[in-house]
Amino acid sequence: MDNLTLIQLRDKIATGDISAMDALNHTFDRIDSVDPTVKAYISIHREEATSQAIYIDEQINSGQPVGMLAGVPIALKDNMITHFGRTTCGSKMLENFSAPYDAHVVEKLKAAGAVIVGKCNMDEFAMGSSNENSAFFATHNPWDTTRVPGGSSGGSAAAVAAKTVWGALGSDTGGSIRQPASFCGVVGLKPTYGRVSRYGLVAYGSSLDQIGPLTKTVSDAALMLQVIAGHDSRDSTSIDEKDAQVDDYLCDIEKPINGLKIGIVKEFMASEGLDPQVAQANQAALDQYKKMGAEIIEISLPHIQYAIATYYLVATAEASGNLARYDGIHYGHRTTNTENVLDVYSASRSEGFGSEVKRRIMLGTYALSSGYYDAFYLKALKVRHLIRQDIDNALKLVDCIISPTAPETAFAMGAKTNDPLTMYLSDIFTIGVNLGGHPAISIPCGISKENLPIGLQIITPAFTEAKLFRIARMFESTNDFATKLPQL
Amino acid sequence: MEVKLVVGMEIHVQLATATKIFCGCKVGYEDLPNTNVCPVCLGLPGALPVMNKKAYEYSVRTAMALNCQIPSFTKWDRKCYYYPDLPKGYQISQYDLPMSENGTIEVADVNGKQKSIRILRAHLEEDAGKNMHDGTRHSQVDLNRAGTPLLEIVTEPDLRSATECKNLATELQKIVQFLGVSEANMQKGQIRFEPNINLIITEDGQTYKTPIIEVKNLNSFRAIEGAVEYESWRQLEAWKKDHNYTMEKCGKENRGWDANKNETVFQRGKEDAHDYRYFPDPDLVPVEIDDAWKASIRETVTELPRSYQERFITQYKLSAYDAAVLTGDKITAQFLDDAVKAGASPKRTANIITQFGLKVANEKECTLDQIGVSVTQITELAKIIDDGLISASASQTVFEKMLNSDQSAQAIAKENNLVQNSDSGALEDLLDAILATNNESVEKIKRGDKMAKKLRGFLMGEAMKQTKGQANPQVLNKLLSEKLK
Repeated sequence: MDNLTLIQLRDKIATGDISAMDALNHTFDRIDSVDPTVKAYISIHREEATSQAIYIDEQINSGQPVGMLAGVPIALKDNMITHFGRTTCGSKMLENFSAPYDAHVVEKLKAAGAVIVGKCNMDEFAMGSSNENSAFFATHNPWDTTRVPGGSSGGSAAAVAAKTVWGALGSDTGGSIRQPASFCGVVGLKPTYGRVSRYGLVAYGSSLDQIGPLTKTVSDAALMLQVIAGHDSRDSTSIDEKDAQVDDYLCDIEKPINGLKIGIVKEFMASEGLDPQVAQANQAALDQYKKMGAEIIEISLPHIQYAIATYYLVATAEASGNLARYDGIHYGHRTTNTENVLDVYSASRSEGFGSEVKRRIMLGTYALSSGYYDAFYLKALKVRHLIRQDIDNALKLVDCIISPTAPETAFAMGAKTNDPLTMYLSDIFTIGVNLGGHPAISIPCGISKENLPIGLQIITPAFTEAKLFRIARMFESTNDFATKLPQL
Repeated sequence: MEVKLVVGMEIHVQLATATKIFCGCKVGYEDLPNTNVCPVCLGLPGALPVMNKKAYEYSVRTAMALNCQIPSFTKWDRKCYYYPDLPKGYQISQYDLPMSENGTIEVADVNGKQKSIRILRAHLEEDAGKNMHDGTRHSQVDLNRAGTPLLEIVTEPDLRSATECKNLATELQKIVQFLGVSEANMQKGQIRFEPNINLIITEDGQTYKTPIIEVKNLNSFRAIEGAVEYESWRQLEAWKKDHNYTMEKCGKENRGWDANKNETVFQRGKEDAHDYRYFPDPDLVPVEIDDAWKASIRETVTELPRSYQERFITQYKLSAYDAAVLTGDKITAQFLDDAVKAGASPKRTANIITQFGLKVANEKECTLDQIGVSVTQITELAKIIDDGLISASASQTVFEKMLNSDQSAQAIAKENNLVQNSDSGALEDLLDAILATNNESVEKIKRGDKMAKKLRGFLMGEAMKQTKGQANPQVLNKLLSEKLK
């Protein structure tokens, strides 16, 4: 059963071949068997999931209409608010936080009949590229448990790669869906900024965050996007559907693009630290596209070298505002030894936040402070505009931009924890995309000599996810990486 | 030595929208603490703000009434600081591109002369919750108020006396009430004033500016006056003691008003001044307003108190005092205006409203339109008094009955036998009859006897008795005088 794709499982449940409870029990068994090793989950919600599965089975058995994901076990990154259980964001600050509402995407999933099984581990407050910044425990890559699954949606990626669920939601601010997808050999999509509502997504970098699916196949990801995409009046940054309608992502997904023009980024090719095996797999993928009639064109993103610096000013500035609410006063961790209110603030935050979170809050606060705002934050906003322009202009010359997702395969646990800057470079190919807001997907394109997956990133213009899926499917249909998930 | 008092005012007006500025929670109710709250105004993780369009429109309406320019583009900024009543750790406000700027407001100076106070800007922001320190070891936080829309209005430092400050405050309160954008009750904290006060002192050719003091916690017009007077005294004394007490050396200071001691108390100096780290809020889209939208809002800018007042004086010939009383609130002003437009005489209507109507409104603690009489009823009452149909003294009785009745003034008068007899012919006959049976008294009156006055009164009384009090006394008096000549 766990070799079925999400869509295949969905179809079998819909016809009554498999019951939702069967699928759920399989999930629980699988979690019990592999999660002690992988540690993808922070919390499992057996009761909630079981009652949903029972309800779906009743509906199906009595011939009632059910949603597009009916009965499919799904996991959520633990920064998506659920009214059941806790939403911890991988942090001591919210270790016991239980919310009174559900995120928009949670409402959509439930309405579609999905069975939400549990909340996945993540880098604390989505800040990290390895899942090692979780305050609770690290997640292990199912391909090699001495290695990281990537981050910050490492738990979600590992949960899918370990075949405990057929799909998971992650969030991506600088590459946090795509990079772990690449490290774990699964498909990961960051939709266009504004395509999916952020209401109920615990905010990190508000102008960069997007929720997206992690799945085994491109079609599975398209189905999940179909369910969660669309305008939400509770999120002012969510696009109005009259400005960008939600397309049917599946109907044409098998149709290749004729005369596909693929852009490769001149500035990326000079990247130091690009693993030769990754470069090779990337080239092999481009060759495959050429065989299918695509044209490879070199394009330039002249300001992309500033992407990391720009990101670490914009995201951290926004985060310094977004994380100010964790003050020990209203909810979340509150310190116990206090003399006065100032103590409550500083001690609660010192105790509740891990060091990467503190680092980014301080950086963001500094970038906004009096005397530095113009040189740092304002300048970063201007450069961001240029980077976005570069990508927009490039996408006028080509249909898509293709690059490796990450410069490397999954690194060993502890390998980069001593040097934050080295960790930051892991996002060098993904980070510019968040600054521009464009949609991007990572799909498996190779396996290294060390038996570690390699990911390919495809970027298309804003709100063209339907085309993005088709381009990705073109390549996916020529290989069987989707069947190569590790046998844990 | 010359001392010039310089004051600029910051005003916060709570807008009377049905819901909060960024969420659908109710506004302005004194409900149990933390009951008008939701994930958004509680600042829960994952919650997002959505702009209340009415709040924006009320702000534009007010800014237009204050002659401000309305830029076609405005955005929202985060003002970051920590305080228990600020759940997100930042307030969503406006920094460098506010929704309006460069306006004016007319205010009476110490001598009653009108002067123009410049308005620097007005912008929209959210209110914080309330901290309560009730003397126990803990403070309590009530977030019902968090997220209430606030319009912050900032004047230039054009005010020169405590009187001007008070007049500015009362005028602004009236304006926002007349516009219908705020209840602006100072005691409820729906309108808050913070004067920024300093002195410019010239001595021996040198100019000194004392530190600008911002005074908070003023909850009455008297407190505003008191604070400004106190500060102009305190700052001068401080400077006299030490000429280094200047803005340059000491910087801005925050002080609180102690209503019991009638003095200001130090709260915060420039060292503790916040760096608010303003930056554009990435969760909200900027607002772009075009001419069509501006035009539709301009139509909601109703007549302002000053305009009513001037019309009442110049057109309706009412006294300045009456005009002021009648423009105390919009409902009263409109009530009078409507009655006069329906044909009632301004003076008579003004009397009815000020002597009867407002008294009842005060007692019932409601507005003039809620006491139980309609404009039509008042209009007719004014007319029948002027026509002599009822006497002035009967008018009170008619008015009181109108409170509980939908009937017209005339119908009520008739029903209660209050209609005056002003028929000279009939009254003359009556008088002739009475005089005929009181010849002796008549002679005495004609002779100027010392009892004349009393006797005359007796004759009047007799006539009133025989007409059951319905004779029009003026007419009767006139007739009697003629007959007693």
